[in-house]
Amino acid sequence: MAKYIIKRILFGVATAFIVATLTFFIMNLVPGGPFLSEKAITPQAQAAMEAKYGMDKPLFQQYLTYMTDLLHGDLGESVKKRGYTINRIIAERFPVSARIGGLAILVAFCVGVPLGSIAAYTRGKVLDNIIIVFSTAGIAIPSFLSSTLMMYFLSTKWRILPSLGLSSPASYIMPVAALALYPSCYIARLMRSSMLDVIGQDYMRTARAKGVSTVSSIFKHALRNAILPVVTYMGPLMASLMTGSFIVEKIFTIPGLGHEFVGAITSRDYPLIMGTTIFLACFLIMMNVVVDIVYVFVDPRIKLK
Amino acid sequence: MKRKLCAIMLAAAMTVSLAACGGSGSTGGGAGGASSGEASANSVDVQVGPTPETIDPALNSAVDGANMILHAFEGLLKFDENNDIVPGLAESYDVSDDGLTYTFHLRDGLKWSDGSDLTAADFEYSWKRVADPNTAAPYGYDLLNMVEGFDAASEGDLDALGVKAVDDSTFEVKLSDPCIYFDKIAAFAVMVPVQQAAVETGDDWTTNPDTYVTDGPYMVSEYTPGDRIVMVKNENYWDAANITFDQIVWHLIEDANASYSAYQDGTLDLIKDVPTEEIPSLEGNDEFIVAPIMGTYYVTFNTQKEPFNDPKVRKALSLAIDRDYVANTIMQGTFSPATNFVGPGVSDAAEGSSFEEVTKEKYGDYFDNSDYDANLNEAKELLAEAGYPDGTGFPEFSYLTNDASYHKPVAEYLQSAWGELGLTMTVDIQEWQTVTANRRAGNFDVARNGWVYDWDDPSNMINLLETDNGNNDGKYSSAEFDSLVDEARKSIDVDEHYDLLHQAEQVMLKDDACAPVAYYNEFWLQKSNLKGTWHSPYGYWYLMYGSKE
Repeated sequence: MAKYIIKRILFGVATAFIVATLTFFIMNLVPGGPFLSEKAITPQAQAAMEAKYGMDKPLFQQYLTYMTDLLHGDLGESVKKRGYTINRIIAERFPVSARIGGLAILVAFCVGVPLGSIAAYTRGKVLDNIIIVFSTAGIAIPSFLSSTLMMYFLSTKWRILPSLGLSSPASYIMPVAALALYPSCYIARLMRSSMLDVIGQDYMRTARAKGVSTVSSIFKHALRNAILPVVTYMGPLMASLMTGSFIVEKIFTIPGLGHEFVGAITSRDYPLIMGTTIFLACFLIMMNVVVDIVYVFVDPRIKLK
Repeated sequence: MKRKLCAIMLAAAMTVSLAACGGSGSTGGGAGGASSGEASANSVDVQVGPTPETIDPALNSAVDGANMILHAFEGLLKFDENNDIVPGLAESYDVSDDGLTYTFHLRDGLKWSDGSDLTAADFEYSWKRVADPNTAAPYGYDLLNMVEGFDAASEGDLDALGVKAVDDSTFEVKLSDPCIYFDKIAAFAVMVPVQQAAVETGDDWTTNPDTYVTDGPYMVSEYTPGDRIVMVKNENYWDAANITFDQIVWHLIEDANASYSAYQDGTLDLIKDVPTEEIPSLEGNDEFIVAPIMGTYYVTFNTQKEPFNDPKVRKALSLAIDRDYVANTIMQGTFSPATNFVGPGVSDAAEGSSFEEVTKEKYGDYFDNSDYDANLNEAKELLAEAGYPDGTGFPEFSYLTNDASYHKPVAEYLQSAWGELGLTMTVDIQEWQTVTANRRAGNFDVARNGWVYDWDDPSNMINLLETDNGNNDGKYSSAEFDSLVDEARKSIDVDEHYDLLHQAEQVMLKDDACAPVAYYNEFWLQKSNLKGTWHSPYGYWYLMYGSKE
């Protein structure tokens, strides 16, 4: 297993390297630059700034310098947010996004798995149909719409929840709900179909025939088998939710990392674009490796080779 | 039935067990203090924009950043409620007869927010810092190019800059060229003093309340990017006794719907970002305020390119714009129709006078927005005179703009308005940075443009069309215009300065160097119990003397 993990990590590093290289060159191809603004700075000041950030060097040399720094864990300094290193921006912003994203994943899991299981066990009945309708609607509603609707009713109209920031536990409710809506519904549907699959298996029938109680058969046999597709989905889900959602963070004014991804590009903050992209890529790769490892524990039939 | 019951029980059990597992993860706690939202009579909660790029006075070039800086810092001079210059840290100042030496006399006993003494040497340091190429202050050139030795200073020889602390309370500035509005520059947010010791703690000095040492009415007690900046009263400020609010919370909200929602639920007392779709429902509401800011929305023609090098073509295109319709219908009255290039809010020679009104008296309005049909007919005639009757033979061209504010609807309107002349125009929407790059490089036919004044002097707008101006995107060039602008710059006689600028404006208007479309207004929401604050044509809100009833 150690060999497998090492192999996966090496693949991950190679992927991250390719992502970094592509981002670096594509970013430099886009017109505009960090020092271009409506207020033109003097040529001397522009030269001084380019020298400070090493942008006066040929592009390939800039690339080599960047990669060398990257190997030392230094993501550089933001060009637009003067005084902020990229490491600091990620260190300050990521925990906020991770907290909300983590909660959303938890909610999605706690809601999606039981709902999907219930739907499978009540297949064709009213409850099943209700769950199907709701989960389909939940998948179809984009987060900007659910966020705006929640904000309109819960904070503007009824004034139950705070509309801004994360100053109290209640402030977490709307953003977490907005983020969790889609994955909960997706997990419910995933769980339902895989549960149906498992229920129909011979070993389930055998278990029941041997007198294993329903509850025991569900927990001991059905759930562990049915949850595998959900575990697969959790990897990319964690990476995308925990690194922050631009839309939800913008609507609820949350100081998370999702903001920075988009802001960095519109302001041509080269080091920040690189930093956030590499961070997201690494996180995604890491989560996929974690999921692979979790597999082994959930389903001992899977052997990592 | 039994099976169904089991399933439900199972689901309940799973939910409880998983929720229990998750309990520890959710106790991460809230970010930031819980101070806001509580409607304290002595605290005001406002939104003037998202997280500012910087609150370092020298580096800032944005209006929202300047608004915060002006509450934390004070310069030599400042503006009052009527937008007149009044003493700030300098009790008084003298100007030499040749207009080249400014001597500022500081108040006694000035202190930084950390309690240390603030002297003229702090101004010398701060002004040199603005000129330093290693600071790369966006406004360095504009604010200090008239100061003696600026060229050498911008190459790195800071001691050459003509600013000097004569003694602890006397600060002297020597100019190489006279500058009639230098008092306004001394009141500009970039020119406030910063503490050397604070700045030298590192590039991140502005991000930490402990190192963000200020000299103005407030100091920062909490800064959470993406969330809020909390400012509390600075008891070391010389005029602290007159400052009314103990605390200002700047909510750094990016989304207009979010700020509107927080305004409606009572969290915020004043918001700048109001969703444009709400405007029709807000008209007539006492809390919805529209006031002019100094700025003009205009269309730039690439004057180096055929057929836009022909003034007749430019005039035809300009006259075919129904400015009244654009400002009042498309822009929902949040802009005012332009009649000249320099709009309301900009002063003229006499105290309290308006440049725009003097233009009207002396020269009349260049655009008569009352009779659009006549304008359109004239436009058609001009186009025929230029050799394109009914638009025949006129090449297809494109209009470059980004998609924000009302830019896209205006572009679509122009497409139909110029279509009336028989012209075919395509709308080329690009992302903001790309628009800036292409516009500056001259890669366009016709482009959206706009300028909000940095300080209250018409030259700040008119000079944009000077041949060598870095922001002269249309590359308009007129020897007569350039010489008038240059004379105005060097003039030390107030009347003459403004008179020359009036003449220059007439030259560029008659050449149709660009097509002014509308004057900027600011629109915002402010609770009716918030009194004593004011909004200046610079786009700043002054909150420090306000109160809530």
